[in-house]
Amino acid sequence: MYAYTDFDRDFLSERNAQFRAQVERRIDGSLTEYEFKPLRLMNGLYLQLHAYMLRVAIPYGTLNAAQMRQLAKIADRWDKGYGHFTTRQNIQYNWPELRDVPDMLDALGEVGMHAIQTSGNTIRNVTADHFAGAAAEEVADPRPIAELIRQWSTDHPEFQFLGRKFKIAVTGSDQDRAVTAAHDIGLRLVEREGQLGATVLVGGGLGRTPMIGKILNDFVALPDLLPYLEATVAVYNLLGRRDNKYKARIKITVHENGIDEIRRRVNAEFATRKAAFNGADMDMLKRIEADFAAPTFAAGQGAFPTHYQHDPVFRSFVDTNTVAHRHPDYTILTVSTKAHGATPGDATSHQMRVLADLAEQYAHNELRISHEQNVILPHLPKRHLRAVHAALAEVGLATANVGLISDIIACPGMDYCALATARSIPVAQEIAERFDALKLEHEVGPLKIKISGCINACGHHHVGHIGILGLDRAGVENYQITLGGDGGPDAVIGERAGPGFAYDDVTDAIERVVRAYLDLRTSPAETFLDTYRRLGAAPFKAALYPEEAKANAA
Amino acid sequence: MPRQFTPKVVTANALLEGDVVYLTKHGDWTRRHEEADLIEDQATADIRLLEAQALAHEVVGPYLADARTGPKGPEPVHFREAFRTRGPSNYAHGKQEV
Ligand code: HEM
Ligand code: SF4
Repeated sequence: MYAYTDFDRDFLSERNAQFRAQVERRIDGSLTEYEFKPLRLMNGLYLQLHAYMLRVAIPYGTLNAAQMRQLAKIADRWDKGYGHFTTRQNIQYNWPELRDVPDMLDALGEVGMHAIQTSGNTIRNVTADHFAGAAAEEVADPRPIAELIRQWSTDHPEFQFLGRKFKIAVTGSDQDRAVTAAHDIGLRLVEREGQLGATVLVGGGLGRTPMIGKILNDFVALPDLLPYLEATVAVYNLLGRRDNKYKARIKITVHENGIDEIRRRVNAEFATRKAAFNGADMDMLKRIEADFAAPTFAAGQGAFPTHYQHDPVFRSFVDTNTVAHRHPDYTILTVSTKAHGATPGDATSHQMRVLADLAEQYAHNELRISHEQNVILPHLPKRHLRAVHAALAEVGLATANVGLISDIIACPGMDYCALATARSIPVAQEIAERFDALKLEHEVGPLKIKISGCINACGHHHVGHIGILGLDRAGVENYQITLGGDGGPDAVIGERAGPGFAYDDVTDAIERVVRAYLDLRTSPAETFLDTYRRLGAAPFKAALYPEEAKANAA
Repeated sequence: MPRQFTPKVVTANALLEGDVVYLTKHGDWTRRHEEADLIEDQATADIRLLEAQALAHEVVGPYLADARTGPKGPEPVHFREAFRTRGPSNYAHGKQEV
């Protein structure tokens, strides 16, 4: 893991002291809200529906046990004993009081964490594949690059007032677990003739105008990467629209100018910027890479094969929640925060502490937060899996549903978010409980449902195999369904199925779509998405809107 | 033609805690929607909102929200405002917490 230098620590404590003074001046009346709001947002502090909300960055989703424990302590001491993990690898606290926030930031600073650039029109928390450094098929660990980008972008004077927020994601695997195509810039590490570099995608994004990123450059060698990124953001900063905030994202810039024109400008800018870098960034990268050196893996599986064979509950957990690690005696365990009926992404402070203990005791002191709102033990020796499973079961974290229908991404929606037009969380809870009651989810297999409470698409609904978007239709909650979206390497934006559904009808509608899939698939090996791609939307629409289907047939 | 006025309350969030609050007849803030001042005409609404904006050391982001008369006092019209009177639906947090 990246270890903070004295420079980093001083920077944070100075920054927190500044904010403490700003909060005091807001409370004593010397700052108006108009003056204070941009200052609090620079430190990740929002005002939501029922309270303030503090958004803390978990850079590229990586944290250690001490950091996780500190997140738990903050939840207990200054919030309501839980935190919410988000699709952007952040944790959000939903109930802080204004006076306490500087103390919360200091507590974060103690473990090298902060809330800087988790809001505002800047380069936001850099996200990465949550299996980084562990996945069997990985080309390279994306985290050193992500850390380099973080250092370059944090407080970068040129990029503090971009036209709009700017999101960068990095993957080192062709499976793309970082949804790179839905980011302003997506980086995919690739090797060419023995040299490491990145395919650079630009102009992806969800929200009001969802777009899949386009390839800006199919290979940028590592020494050119930072100047190339700087050139790209600089071109956007100059060319991007500022007349209309909905048109201010780089996806619109790319769309309106064309990818070729953007590429031409980036190349021109790159030619002048390159000189300023001098290779200092590559020296930095070398140092960062040393921090991310893999742990020493110990061989042996102990009694794992026997337990796997004889304990069906354990076997189901292993089959569903783990994937191949680069070392054969290790596994990558995804711990689901989506027990049926739970709030997706929420973890209590007690659960956080148990996860921290397990990471420390068994799994090389590393944890990850995924964009799917789950927690990962990336380096878990197979011989400890059973003990870990037992400990997780005691705190309600052993649900074997990763990648299944109840592993839903849901944004906070109108239960918390001031921008929402409908609720997301109760919809997710009801769908998960329905399929648990039906005992169908393992039979259905891989299926991603994603829910957002407004068109901003924080819940990634556009790239859900089934996406749900909550809207306000004449003062009542209404839910639009999209089908066939995908956030993987060949990302696709889902298609709107038709008119929306009332709050009380969404779960039934989802059940009809899923049952239609079970009837239509050629075999259990054909996933929902495969079936959808083979047959198109028509049979699923017929299941969603049976009355219309009947009328058309008549 | 001017749009017909529908009754309103002035609502905001408390500066320190962030709690949802409503302006009363007496110009102070209550956490209970029923105790809000139900405003029946545009001119009064405009004045009361200005009055609330002047209380920026107590609250954040005052605005006018539709409301109607209920058995115990003013009640919200839109579901968003109804959620704001309670707190989130996934936990007994916010105003539902006792
Ligand atoms: C509760 C406070 C939140 C606020 C006020 C908020 C605000 C927004 C806004 C305004 C956008 C649209 C930006 C644009 O298109 O220019 C957006 C997009 C997005 N947000 Fe949030 N959000 C919140 C919470 C979250 C949470 C909890 C998550 C993760 C669960 C999240 C992840 C995202 C993602 C992934 C996008 C779409 C990607 C893109 O920008 O294209 N946000 N958010
Ligand atoms: S999608 Fe909308 S409702 Fe959901 S968190 Fe984002 S801004 Fe809020």
